[in-house]
Amino acid sequence: MKGWVVPVGVLLFAEISARLFGITSDSLASPSQILAAAWSFLSTGVLFARSAQTLLAAVSGLLIGGGLGLTLAVLLGLIPPLSRLLRFPIEALRPIPSIASLPIVLMIYGFGYRMEIAIIAFACFWPVLIIGQSAIVGIEPRLIEVSRVLGLNFFSRVTKIALPAALPRLFVAFRQAAAVSLVVAVTVEIVMNPQGLGYELMTAQNSLQPALMFAILIYIGLLGWSLNAVLLLAQKHLFAFAAVPRLNA
Amino acid sequence: MPGEALEPSAGGGASANAIVQLRDVSLVLGGRPIIDRMTLDVRRGEFVCVVGPSGCGKTTLLRLIAGLLRPDKGVVTYNGAVVAAPANDVALIFQDYTKALLPWRTAAGNVSLAFEARRTPKAERAPRIKALLDKVGLGEHADKYPIQLSGGMQQRLQIARCLAQGPSVLLMDEPFGALDAITRQTLQDEVLRLAAAEGTSVFFVTHDLEEALYLGDRVVVLRPNPGRIAEIFDVNLPRPRDQLGTREHPEFLRLRRQLFDFIEGHEE
Repeated sequence: MKGWVVPVGVLLFAEISARLFGITSDSLASPSQILAAAWSFLSTGVLFARSAQTLLAAVSGLLIGGGLGLTLAVLLGLIPPLSRLLRFPIEALRPIPSIASLPIVLMIYGFGYRMEIAIIAFACFWPVLIIGQSAIVGIEPRLIEVSRVLGLNFFSRVTKIALPAALPRLFVAFRQAAAVSLVVAVTVEIVMNPQGLGYELMTAQNSLQPALMFAILIYIGLLGWSLNAVLLLAQKHLFAFAAVPRLNA
Repeated sequence: MPGEALEPSAGGGASANAIVQLRDVSLVLGGRPIIDRMTLDVRRGEFVCVVGPSGCGKTTLLRLIAGLLRPDKGVVTYNGAVVAAPANDVALIFQDYTKALLPWRTAAGNVSLAFEARRTPKAERAPRIKALLDKVGLGEHADKYPIQLSGGMQQRLQIARCLAQGPSVLLMDEPFGALDAITRQTLQDEVLRLAAAEGTSVFFVTHDLEEALYLGDRVVVLRPNPGRIAEIFDVNLPRPRDQLGTREHPEFLRLRRQLFDFIEGHEE
């Protein structure tokens, strides 16, 4: 309940001050205007098409970048010599801001989804690689010994021991990357790709519609929040074994 | 160099009858000598117990025999061939059963892992898993997760998974150290029964001298820093062993005194 005090207060303050002082601005709008803009925009149906574009790009980039990051994380986590070999290149490439790769990616793929997805994949690759590798390295060493004594081959060791053991932490990496994917998707759309929610946001700004702009902004926030909520829910169901009550320890 | 001719056994007993042999085995880890020139035979069907203070390389010795570690000097052989990697009929039971079980798999799923590793056909697994769980008294708990089982039950589950390997050699690393006295006695008798029934050789590390005498055909006493063999005691007590009868047997009491005196005499 207490969590709502500040947001509701801010909204009320914004609404009251907007009405009292009759602000007309190209950059601000009252909450009621934003709500009205949101409502009229919702009824056009454009929002859903734009959301689908953004989400499709974000999810594709997440799957590609996350998948590559996870594969490399598992290899690096289980094969220490490889990890030592690649430590420097990874540390050198990792600090590059994903959006800085835009000019290069643009040259390769031109405008459009492929460019956007490639940049999102690049951005999602790193958190999954870094958190994933530490998750794999952090697996209970006893489990690795068990897998060796039982004679599991490398593939089974990955699928039956390493991935399930690291899964809770890998999921954290995945959630982190999911948040990144949405941020980068909207950024690329604002800067370069005339599609999706980021583009719609820019259109609203260019056509001096602050109410619509704020409406889309809030919508993007809600979208990110729901994405995380869905993943959190999935996390609870996936790792039910960790929550099984202890009988008599 | 498998099949390399080995010198005649130095540790007593015909080497043809030995299933595991250590010859002048030394190991250095992190610049520190852990094991120093150990020579020892484990005969087929024999129950060998290893005791010694911490830092004497008991656990390392198990890992060497299991093929998880390789010696710097000397050789470890299993069935006459040099041990280079874990053999699939040598099972290792860890002391920390909570860490050795897969928490995301049920009891049946944990046993199944051993069959999956051996590529046992799917149709055969279920009945064999059930038989093994019944054997260790967990038949009713097949669908429970390790965290839902008591310590003794978890250790039984680990034993069931190792039995699924159909082991010729069972390596046990202080398996009952964390269990209460009653559970420990029950499991001691179960292991004796299982090993006798299958003719399994057992290499059993413990810090409990009485446990070593109660279970073993021989008790190997190690000395620390670096770990080496101090003495080997033959335990000539009748089998099957019995928690009351064996522990009151004059020979048990004599050996107990001898073992305690020996270890006390070597403490620095």
